[in-house]
Amino acid sequence: MAITREEVQHVAILFRMSLSEEDITRFQQQLSQILDYFQVLQQIDTEGVPPTSQPISLENVMRADEPRPSYPTEDILANAPLSERGFFRVRAVLE
Amino acid sequence: MELYDLTIHEAADRLARRELSSRELTQAVLDRIRQVDERVRAYVTVTEELALKQAEEADKRIASGNAAPLTGIPAAIKDLICTKGIPTTCGSRMLENFLPPYQAHVTERLLDAGLVMVGKANMDEFAMGSSTENSAFYPTHNPWDLERVPGGSSGGSAATVAASECIYALGSDTGGSIRQPAALCGVVGFKPTYGRVSRFGLVAFASSLDQIGPLTKDVTDCALVMNVIAGHDKRDATSAPLDVPDYTRSLIPDLKGIRVGVPQEYFVEGMDDDVRASIEAAVNKMEELGAEVDWEVSLPSTGYALACYYIIAPSEAMANLARYDGVKYGYSDMRGDSMWQNLELTRQHGFGDEVKRRIMLGTYALSAGYYDAYYLKAQKVRTLIRREFDAAFQRCDVLVTAVSPTPAFKLGEKTADPLQMYLSDVCTIPVNIAGIPAISVPCGFADASPEPGRRGLPVGVQIMAKPFDEPAILRVAYAYEQATEWHKARPKL
Repeated sequence: MAITREEVQHVAILFRMSLSEEDITRFQQQLSQILDYFQVLQQIDTEGVPPTSQPISLENVMRADEPRPSYPTEDILANAPLSERGFFRVRAVLE
Repeated sequence: MELYDLTIHEAADRLARRELSSRELTQAVLDRIRQVDERVRAYVTVTEELALKQAEEADKRIASGNAAPLTGIPAAIKDLICTKGIPTTCGSRMLENFLPPYQAHVTERLLDAGLVMVGKANMDEFAMGSSTENSAFYPTHNPWDLERVPGGSSGGSAATVAASECIYALGSDTGGSIRQPAALCGVVGFKPTYGRVSRFGLVAFASSLDQIGPLTKDVTDCALVMNVIAGHDKRDATSAPLDVPDYTRSLIPDLKGIRVGVPQEYFVEGMDDDVRASIEAAVNKMEELGAEVDWEVSLPSTGYALACYYIIAPSEAMANLARYDGVKYGYSDMRGDSMWQNLELTRQHGFGDEVKRRIMLGTYALSAGYYDAYYLKAQKVRTLIRREFDAAFQRCDVLVTAVSPTPAFKLGEKTADPLQMYLSDVCTIPVNIAGIPAISVPCGFADASPEPGRRGLPVGVQIMAKPFDEPAILRVAYAYEQATEWHKARPKL
């Protein structure tokens, strides 16, 4: 199942990741090969089989919504590439 | 025997009898790292100062009579388990300078038990890989043959145990990442049941598959580490609210009444002859020890597990890796003209090849028009695989298979062909799909093409059990290990 160059670029945009021209060429070939391999799943009959999203069946886990201490702001911001007055700093979202 | 070759239980005995101090043991391990890690490259970070400080605290604790079985024992931690204030790189440029603001649950547990941490172990970037060649920093080398891979993604953890650069290590396993490197390096590697060990503070790869577990020199050590790290943690909603047994009580040297099944589908095409022979010999040994063996077990959907995994794991990874935006922490590329461009450049330059490939696969499998054919289909196949294991465990206590179809391959041998690399996980992946526990235990050496003077390459046998039946696995693994000598072999470095 061949994936086109345009599809590779589209998928990268969906994830908001840019790719070099060489990446696109390589991924087009490799992803096509891997997607081809995935076709093996079409041989197996899954009519009426429910999907599994988590292997060990657990009910929803609930807890009381009570305030408790969190991490100090400065500890969290210590890893931020840019911060200002106790906030993460980002480029303008709307220009 | 050198101090660094000791197991946890041997070292703990000497510490308890005051024949050895944690300080001496830790220094011996640090010297060993200095001596061999230039060649093995098992560590991303060596935490010498911290280790010596923790060793001194451990010696005080031992002197006061409050020692636990792991107190003062030097360990390595895979570099995707958060260690507060100590680099946790995940083998990635993206997190090269990341200093976690908190401890992972398992780190906390080990610290309470008297951890001496000697370093953070190398790994495939974001745990994606089977050879540790995807580390953004450098590949790790197999201590049995430095031209070969240690396996992955916990290749650093396995190699450091095999090379006696620590006494035990923690790893994580999403599709075989503890068991496959353990097999290739000739050590014990255990993936507990999904939910048995809290994932709080584990950098997420595929959240329905990831599990933390120990890599050790023998099965007794494995039980000792499990006793500390297993158990419920309310910070991981998927961790099981179940009591934890004392795993050392499963260390029983006979297998009377144990039903062993051998699923035929795991003798895959292309399996190395020596691997096949070692697995068959291991099963025969279990029979000698009193087990009833059924050689005719069948798990017909096994052949679909790899495709199922390589849809589900990248899909979950894609969702997890969307958090790397260059704003909150991690690598940030600010050369773009806009916020969006910075985001795109951060990911292009922060992630390596394999991570990008899996992000692309996952994004494709979840995208409009393909969701039903890929992701939903894979989730249904996951149900079938689970049901087959459930049925097999009605008749068998454990299933025994190979861990890896081949012994360690050469560095560079599979890097150009991602699909060939994925196929090295064919025997370990079904375990994560079903969420069951499984161990890799040394069971021989492949001598197919040893260079002169070498013994060959280690082979591991995999033992699986139903969810939360870790005791059955440890019993079989222990009885087998005690009846053989494989676990005593050490590589010459």
